[in-house]
Amino acid sequence: MNRREFCKKSLLIAGGLVVPLSALELFNPERLLAEKNDKSKTRWVFLVDTHKCVGCGFCVKACKTENEVPYDANVTRTWVERYVITNDGKAHIDSPKGARDGFQSAKLDQNHAGMEEIKEEDIAKAFFVPKLCNQCENPPCVQVCPVGATYKTNNGVVLVDRKWCIGCGYCIMGCPYSVRFFHPVYHVAEKCNFCYHRISQGMKTACVDACPFGARQIGNLKDPKDPVTKVIMNERVNVLKDEYGTKPQVFYIGLPREVK
Amino acid sequence: MKSHVWRPLYVALGIIALLLVLRVFLVPNDFGVSEQGYMYGWHRTSNEAEWKKVTVKYKGSEACKECHEKNYNDITSSPHADIGCENCHGPLLNHPEDPEKLSIDRNRELCLRCHLKLSYKTSDRGNLKGINPETHNAGSKCVQCHAPHNPGQLGQKQEVKK
Ligand code: HEC
Ligand code: HEC
Ligand code: HEC
Ligand code: HEC
Repeated sequence: MNRREFCKKSLLIAGGLVVPLSALELFNPERLLAEKNDKSKTRWVFLVDTHKCVGCGFCVKACKTENEVPYDANVTRTWVERYVITNDGKAHIDSPKGARDGFQSAKLDQNHAGMEEIKEEDIAKAFFVPKLCNQCENPPCVQVCPVGATYKTNNGVVLVDRKWCIGCGYCIMGCPYSVRFFHPVYHVAEKCNFCYHRISQGMKTACVDACPFGARQIGNLKDPKDPVTKVIMNERVNVLKDEYGTKPQVFYIGLPREVK
Repeated sequence: MKSHVWRPLYVALGIIALLLVLRVFLVPNDFGVSEQGYMYGWHRTSNEAEWKKVTVKYKGSEACKECHEKNYNDITSSPHADIGCENCHGPLLNHPEDPEKLSIDRNRELCLRCHLKLSYKTSDRGNLKGINPETHNAGSKCVQCHAPHNPGQLGQKQEVKK
């Protein structure tokens, strides 16, 4: 064996060893098995009572401040929609600035179409619906992430890794509930994470604490004694866009069919 | 075996090997699959801790009690009992060190969040006492007549002012 041949062969062997070593890291049968038995003791879920919400928007104000979403940028992690259903069955919807300042007019803000006035006698029903990330059991936003920057934690909350996100925007398009947006400062995907910093130290989310009417609640679905779990198990609750198969974990009391 | 046909294969294998080696250096050590599995579990483990480090800003009305006892007692025995102080005054943060004072919002818009009359019978909003801001003392601040911490009685305000 001459020197050239020796170099060639040893490089080949070293390279050949590296390839399977780093490739093997990709597949781990134990992990695949572990996926099937979920041992986590917490599953954060949310409960919204649409009867109780009066549309004051204090939840939106608190959320933006607590989570450092620029206050005057027209993006928000949670928002409140107003639905006015008229006698002809039409749904009129608005959410000016995500209801950060509540609803300051009886007229509905239709953006470029101007303010829409609806006569009191034409109203069949009217109500407010707070919206936030559904922390889906099958989050489509996580599936589409090409770099592993968004993921589901063991307690069910979907988080975004700001350092790892490349800002491609697939997840923003992939979310059927439109809860994701680009953070105006960090230019990466941003979304509600149930105030992860608060719930992980035993506090409630900022929006739950802000709501004066108890329209918002957070709970642990794995704890049968949790009052939120009891309501979800024993009362008539509904979720948004069930047909998408995302298994959303924000439950609504009194959710009318007009709400999409 | 010395056929040019194999060359592209070697090149391809070389590129794959290079990528796998690069991957070892570029991907952080704690990047991997969590218990959530291959579909939803890929992430940098240390990111969870990063999110937990966000500063808590809102600390609840109980935190105001010891220093602003009068305001606290006023409001908790009034129709406004359920409204948290920080909704109207902003987050506590490290007040009174930083900020030294919390803001006071005397705008009509603050009260209209709830008291703008909307006769929505199918929502609790319909049961709230509402006013029409265009006819109800337009131009004057609500707090000139109503005490925000005790809106039950009119005139209570004069006491607060002293
Ligand atoms: C450790 C004591 C302390 C706590 C707790 C505290 N404050 Fe204060 N607060 C002060 C002091 C001291 C001032 C300054 C008073 C001054 O300069 O007139 C102040 C000022 C204020 C002011 C401005 C008053 C003015 O006349 O301009 C507001 C509003 C206020 N606090 C609200 C709150 C709220 C709401 C909370 C609870 C979330 C709270 N404070 C908790 C001590 C406290
Ligand atoms: C509905 C909104 C609202 C809520 C809730 C509220 N405040 Fe106020 N607060 C005001 C307004 C408005 C003023 C200004 C009143 C004025 O100009 O006379 C004020 C004034 C104050 C002041 C300044 C001096 C004074 O005594 O008037 C302090 C201190 C204060 N609030 C503390 C609190 C604390 C503590 C709580 C919770 C226990 C609280 N506030 C809840 C709206 C609110
Ligand atoms: C978060 C919603 C909310 C905000 C903001 C709010 N209020 Fe109220 N207010 C209520 C509720 C709830 C009641 C209880 C009585 C009722 O059913 O209307 C009430 C009652 C009142 C009453 C009637 C009290 C009575 O029983 O006669 C007055 C007057 C009043 N508020 C004034 C104000 C003023 C002034 C402000 C602004 C500083 C304000 N409110 C801000 C929710 C709110
Ligand atoms: C010039 C004084 C004055 C101003 C300014 C004022 N109010 Fe009043 N408000 C009154 C009086 C007087 C009543 C009647 C009290 C009653 O009937 O018990 C009243 C009643 C109310 C009621 C109870 C209505 C009901 O159905 O019982 C609410 C709510 C209210 N005001 C909210 C507001 C809000 C919100 C603002 C600011 C946008 C405001 N007020 C500004 C004097 C005032």
